[in-house]
Amino acid sequence: MAEPAPVLRMRGIGKEFPGVKALDGVDFRLLPGEVHALMGENGAGKSTLIKVLTGVYEIDAGTIELGGRQVAFASPLAAQHAGISTVYQEVNLCTNLSVAENIFIGREPRRFGRIQWGEMRRRADELLGRLEIDIDVSAALSSYSLAIQQMVAIARAVDIDAQVLILDEPTSSLDASEVAQLFRVMRQLKEQGIAILFVSHFLDQIYEIADRMTILRNGKLVGEHLTSELSQVELVGKMIGRELAELEQLEGRPPAREGAPLVEAVDLGRTGAIEPFTLTIHEGEVVGLAGLLGSGRTEAARLLFGADHAGSGSVKIGGEQVGLRTPRAAIRNKIAFCSENRRAEGLIPELTVRENIILALQAARGWTRPIPRRKQDELVDKYITALNIRPANPDQLIRNLSGGNQQKVMLARWLILEPRLLILDEPTRGIDVGAKAEIQRLVAELSDGGMAVLFISAELEEVLRLSHKVGVLRDRRLIAEIDNDEGLTTDALTETIASGAAT
Amino acid sequence: MTPNLTAFLRHRLFWPVAILVGLLLLNLIFTDNFFHIEIKDGHLYGSLIDIFRFGAPLMLVAMGMTLVIATSGIDLSVGSVVAISGALACLQISELGDQNSTGGVLRAVGVALVLSLILGAWNGLLVAGIGIQPIIATLILMVAGRGLAQLITGGQIITVNSTSYKLIGGGYWLTLPFGIIIVAVVLLLTALLTRRLALGLLIESVGGNAEASRLAGIGSRAVLMTVYTFCALCAGIAGLMISSNVSSADGNNAGLWIELDAILAVVIGGTSLAGGRFSLSGTMLGALIIQTLTTTIYSIGVPPQTTLLFKALVVTIVCLLQSPAFRAKVFHRRRRPTGAPPVAEEKVSVTA
Repeated sequence: MAEPAPVLRMRGIGKEFPGVKALDGVDFRLLPGEVHALMGENGAGKSTLIKVLTGVYEIDAGTIELGGRQVAFASPLAAQHAGISTVYQEVNLCTNLSVAENIFIGREPRRFGRIQWGEMRRRADELLGRLEIDIDVSAALSSYSLAIQQMVAIARAVDIDAQVLILDEPTSSLDASEVAQLFRVMRQLKEQGIAILFVSHFLDQIYEIADRMTILRNGKLVGEHLTSELSQVELVGKMIGRELAELEQLEGRPPAREGAPLVEAVDLGRTGAIEPFTLTIHEGEVVGLAGLLGSGRTEAARLLFGADHAGSGSVKIGGEQVGLRTPRAAIRNKIAFCSENRRAEGLIPELTVRENIILALQAARGWTRPIPRRKQDELVDKYITALNIRPANPDQLIRNLSGGNQQKVMLARWLILEPRLLILDEPTRGIDVGAKAEIQRLVAELSDGGMAVLFISAELEEVLRLSHKVGVLRDRRLIAEIDNDEGLTTDALTETIASGAAT
Repeated sequence: MTPNLTAFLRHRLFWPVAILVGLLLLNLIFTDNFFHIEIKDGHLYGSLIDIFRFGAPLMLVAMGMTLVIATSGIDLSVGSVVAISGALACLQISELGDQNSTGGVLRAVGVALVLSLILGAWNGLLVAGIGIQPIIATLILMVAGRGLAQLITGGQIITVNSTSYKLIGGGYWLTLPFGIIIVAVVLLLTALLTRRLALGLLIESVGGNAEASRLAGIGSRAVLMTVYTFCALCAGIAGLMISSNVSSADGNNAGLWIELDAILAVVIGGTSLAGGRFSLSGTMLGALIIQTLTTTIYSIGVPPQTTLLFKALVVTIVCLLQSPAFRAKVFHRRRRPTGAPPVAEEKVSVTA
């Protein structure tokens, strides 16, 4: 099949940030009517490439050609006018406005300066109809699911005569049927000749929808391949630059462990968040929490950390009754909690990697006892090396790091406290295969060293791979506690989550 | 451009320093002997010393304000605290049998500062304990505090005649104006607490992301209480200086609008109103810039009816110069819109 001329061609793109070479001589092209996946680990340069393409950043080297003409975008708006539309992971719409308003914001159909509401609604209806979405366009956007909001964002992007549509991790918060709906829309757009650049961490989705993929590693181009010609194993190998065997070391189940009970929660609960539950975590034990989004996994963890006040129940640590009314109290009892919401509940964006790492330790010591600089350097260097945080510069602002590396910094913050119980809420979400494997291996190592871990994840394989015991939550209730032995499979676990009864 | 020069130009204090130097040079043209400093009766005299001397209260207030702003708060009540502290000290001194008795003056100063601490703790309680937005919480004391100051002075201007009290705002020690020494000591102490000890990190953390800080185990309430109390203490000391300098307390006008000057000094110094990173040295420069500007207005003979307009103009220019986005727009050639000629050509124009 003869290839059509590329609608977009980037050559030799280079972009440098202070201390980081984010992109180095990257070539990239996009053919009309294809879905092109941009692959790479966190920090490989995917986001930077997209931001360069959409005019968020200026390039330091290289050229961008759109439709055969050389371009340089001064702003995202300029890129949009030129036909490059972007839909980000977090939907950038005004949820308080109506669907129609969101689609036409800034370019409402007007007559004599007056907005023609009827016309606007009619056109919005028509536009969404073409994507086979039938909703009331005069209702507020917030009344629809995230998937629909994403479709609205896409509808808006497409209506601005897009030649190139960039979807940056659009599926990370969608469920399976919503993903299917999104893919249907994507296929339709593809048929209209729109080139789609697609970023996702889910390999299965990439293989389902993408025609072609470009792989980046450490800011450099690894290669461009047709999806049909590259196996998943080869892809992962190219993304992380090492053999997959290393990742599979963790296959198999953790050996059973007999430790003394460390944390015993009895009838711990909070109205509206989670029904009272009883859970015992032993020393050196990894307890997985499985359940659907909103089943109460995070809420249970927050009670154990004192992030929310428990309305009922009690907690014993090492056999002694303790009050966990605040995170400070929990930290004093050597409990650490790594939130699933890195941005809102973890990072202090203006501070450096070093400061973010030592923060919890410093807070525990109080401000009158600063950690000596030498001790800081020692701790920070140790964890930057141990967790392979990149770039390995402790004075880099943390907001300049990629998601996976930020996550490792969060882990380092808690690990230097040497907690007895480490609560990890979705520590591997939104990060790439390599970093994921590193974090999983770390959890296994920590538990070997005697640390108890409460591991929350939506990925059942991951929960099964790491946990000695799995707690299953459903509708804000802990419905089962299952030992992870030969009999437990993801299917059985799924069954339990779905039926609400232990098998 | 050499790397060293680039680093120098990019330093966060480069623009405040440049602006201050610019203002001083402007004075050099308009005022004879502007940079002349001499020793008279064992005291340092000169325009530069005056800038420090008259700027001391603002420097103090701005210092406290810096920490409050770093926690992404704001304290509008500092002007009222200035008035209350001055009024209370003067009232007590005026009731002394011997207004020059050191013990009596010290007691008056102590009582005024304790009240300032209490007022600051009140602000802290509203913000950290009850959770009222800082701008509203401190607005309460800003308005009510003026009334409190009036109450203390009985609606009159209290004048005192005490050489010991006069020392604070108008006296000299070791050839230096006493106010400068106070500022230096407080600055040193603050720098010590925030940078040598870990208070600064915790303040920046709370200002950067309050919820994340709470989950990291920082007692953000205690941090907030500390900064609001400290801010009021600074304002209290400034109030003593101001009233001591004129040997009287005016509940209505002492420290009027000083909160706005202080906020301005903090912003000029490069601390973001959104909280997070703060710079004490930047704030000191900011306060000096404002004071130098006031001096300049008098020295170059701006007509009194246009002084405020003139000040506003200069402040606008200063703020624009400080903004990287603005500098990029003005000093580099505008980036071209979509579909413009090759990027390579553009790159040349940018680096040139």
